[in-house]
Amino acid sequence: MGSLFRSEEMALCQLFLQSESAYTCVSELGELGLVQFRDLNPDVNAFQRKFVNEVRRCDEMERKLRYLEREIRKDGIPVQDTGENPEAPMPREMIDLEATFEKLENELKEVNSNAEALKRNYLELTELRHILKKTQGFFDEREGSMEPGGQTSLTQNLLPEDTKGPIQLGFVAGVILRERIPAFERMLWRACRGNVFLRQSEIEDPLEDPATGEQVLKSVFIIFFQGDQLKMRVKKICEGFRATMYPCPEAPADRREMAMGVKTRLDDLNTVLSQTQDHRHRVLVSASRNIRIWMMKVWKIKAIYHTLNMFNLDVIQNGLIAECWIPVADLETVQLALRRGTEKSGSLPAILNRLTTIEAPPTFHRTNKFTKAFQNLIDAYGVATYREINPAPYTIITFPFLFAIMFGDFGHGVVMALFGAWMVWKEKPLSAKKTDNEIWNIFFGGRYIILLMGLFSMYTGLIYNDIFSKALNIFGSSWHVSLSDEELSHEKEFMLDPTNDKQYEGAPYPFGLDPMWQISTNKINFFNSYKMKISITFGIIHMLFGVALSLWNNRFFQKTLNIYCEFIPQVLFMCCLFVYLVMLVFHKWVWYGGVGSSGETAPGCAPSILITFINMVLMKGYEEKKPGSVCEPYMYAGQFGLQRFLLVVALLCVPWMLIAKPYLMHRNQKRRQMMVQANGGEGVIEEGGVTAEAPAAEQEDMGEVMIHQGIHTIEYVLGSVSHTASYLRLWALSLAHAQLSEVLWGMVLRIGLSSGGHSGGIILYFIFAAWASLTIAILVLMEGLSAFLHTLRLHWERKEVSKESRIVGTRVEFQSKFYYGMGYAFIPFAFETILEQAEENVVAEQCK
Amino acid sequence: MGASAIPIILMTLLWGAVGIVLPIILPKGPNRSLLQCILIITAVSCWLFWLCCYMHQMNPLIGPYMHNSTLLAVRKLWDE
Repeated sequence: MGSLFRSEEMALCQLFLQSESAYTCVSELGELGLVQFRDLNPDVNAFQRKFVNEVRRCDEMERKLRYLEREIRKDGIPVQDTGENPEAPMPREMIDLEATFEKLENELKEVNSNAEALKRNYLELTELRHILKKTQGFFDEREGSMEPGGQTSLTQNLLPEDTKGPIQLGFVAGVILRERIPAFERMLWRACRGNVFLRQSEIEDPLEDPATGEQVLKSVFIIFFQGDQLKMRVKKICEGFRATMYPCPEAPADRREMAMGVKTRLDDLNTVLSQTQDHRHRVLVSASRNIRIWMMKVWKIKAIYHTLNMFNLDVIQNGLIAECWIPVADLETVQLALRRGTEKSGSLPAILNRLTTIEAPPTFHRTNKFTKAFQNLIDAYGVATYREINPAPYTIITFPFLFAIMFGDFGHGVVMALFGAWMVWKEKPLSAKKTDNEIWNIFFGGRYIILLMGLFSMYTGLIYNDIFSKALNIFGSSWHVSLSDEELSHEKEFMLDPTNDKQYEGAPYPFGLDPMWQISTNKINFFNSYKMKISITFGIIHMLFGVALSLWNNRFFQKTLNIYCEFIPQVLFMCCLFVYLVMLVFHKWVWYGGVGSSGETAPGCAPSILITFINMVLMKGYEEKKPGSVCEPYMYAGQFGLQRFLLVVALLCVPWMLIAKPYLMHRNQKRRQMMVQANGGEGVIEEGGVTAEAPAAEQEDMGEVMIHQGIHTIEYVLGSVSHTASYLRLWALSLAHAQLSEVLWGMVLRIGLSSGGHSGGIILYFIFAAWASLTIAILVLMEGLSAFLHTLRLHWERKEVSKESRIVGTRVEFQSKFYYGMGYAFIPFAFETILEQAEENVVAEQCK
Repeated sequence: MGASAIPIILMTLLWGAVGIVLPIILPKGPNRSLLQCILIITAVSCWLFWLCCYMHQMNPLIGPYMHNSTLLAVRKLWDE
């Protein structure tokens, strides 16, 4: 039997590893990914473990690599991912790796600090150049206005005419961030009481800030003032506003000379800077080739040491002792891996011992890419108890099928199936693209579910004969219009007569619903009863299937008591009430109506099944045939008696479920006590200490068993009723879906289809776009999601484990019949998952 | 009984082939039992779904209620 039906058999093993070979063995096991180690030192603090130093070294390496990666990304160099999976390096290689990373980091740091210094220098020189260039203009203006005999300007008038030559004005020149200029100007005005003169000019090109690498806009300013006191004040303000001041010679010749000097120095600096950048680039490019591999190596080493930290030290033999869960089927493979590990290190072989334990082993389902998504659906609600029947293989079909009953529309099904098929088709390139987009990841993870849901929706859509709310007439409708023109003109609306063989062929449309219904005005009435009946039928079969699975569970765990005291009454209860209901549905389909039906089988005589069922449960008295009526009150002879009998059997099942099991357990226990007493002390010796203590423990449990059984019974009886009603959601949702798609067609696409002429074509173009996008967004996406959730609810089970009583709560329709889901998952130590997680972290960090 | 034999036989044969014959002739492999399970459940569900639809229409209790214009169109397009 495939392991998906039940979880794998697990063995708890003890592993003796020589300290020399422990590392290589764990590395091999990590590549294999089939072993779950148990932490043998849970009380030991993370810092007091044996290999804490190594873990710390790995962290350090990881930090360096992250630094390198950040730098690589900053320069926009692509990181090469060859898809190669390197083996975990030997411990001695760790030193080499450390040395390499150390060297790289230092080199990079040096290059970076050099580059920063150079850049700062460069910035200063550029600013100085700008100052010299801009201030030239200011000085020219001033000197122009001072020229004797030159044109008088407004500013000149402020100066007395008789002074010889210009007044000796001091000035400060510098560069400031452009956004600080207004505040700067205001501050200067206030602090110096308007006695300074500020000129400023914007530098057009943005400059690079060497510390942050950002581009900033700056302005050149020059401030003229008179006297030392003002000079001090101005300088203080400049410092306060983080303006950089540069010396600027007053004489034009000096300025020119300085400008020349600055230019040559800038040129030199440019060459040096580009060389430094080249060097940095070379270092990073060579690092980018290996960084993936290095990262993987470091992650692997770290994972190995983390695992080794969970082991116990064997002081005498200088080895390590590990405890681990291994699937029994893989014991051989694990042994082989251990042998490979010891061969690599060349020490004594590792020893694997199977232990016996009473502890519950972890649950391990071997899944592939197809079954994984379904297993996740189940596990999301509770991991199966060890070796319990796994609902996943049945869910693979029942889930998409129940979904399709609600989503039945061929057109929408095609859209969904194509989307799923595209994801399956492009599986490899799509999964290689790692994204942080959660919605996409959910869709992609469920690609096989989506494909199957689409395919089944196509089938149910064809059966419903519903394609974007229109029907196909492939085989020719069974209904015929035999009315003449004259008859038709009498009345506006007609009902085709199902008893007339001219209007109804007698045999239905061979596949799916007759297309005539889709264009009739009373189709809702017809679909209503049809969809309600199929949802009840499928719901009850689904639930019965769940109960039947519990038989396999009980047989597997050899709980014969559960079969007689739970399974049989449960099946009887369900058959007597609900399967009988389904029988009535089928009987009504066959017995009443149809071509040429008259008398007691005439369409008018058909009773409502719901009312019949309610009357049965309420034990309504025997009904006589009404005088003058052709209809019989009962659907078949002996119905009244049979219904009474079934109801009594169903009611008897309740105390059977409730009392039988606790009573039998109590009796067995008493008998065992008698045996022990009769045998005196011998029995105790024979069976060992454990059994001798057992009766006492069981006695205490009796009360709990009673409560548990009571809850279980109530839950089952009430559950059967409410779950049957709950399956009516299939009916409601499928009706709603069909209605919605019809409304969309009638309100939107019809406008486009009914507009004629050339402009009609253009209108139709846009209307179709609107209709198509609404169909995708509302009918496929939103309705699909709601149908998905309802299906999930029909499959899942909900439970709250409270401390007082073991299981209280409600479990939903299908799984509640057999599934306990009290297990815990098998999480093997595997490099694959560890690397995946580490990589996801990296991706998430990048996206930030 | 307003049923005709051909569709019933055909559909039963089709889903019988999927649900009974295919699981038997399935090649041996690690996933054989899983595929068998999938095929059987598919066949049972699909066959039953079709059957319910067929049986619901075998002896209709009501007929389609239609506008006379629709009836005229139906008579012209489908019945002639």
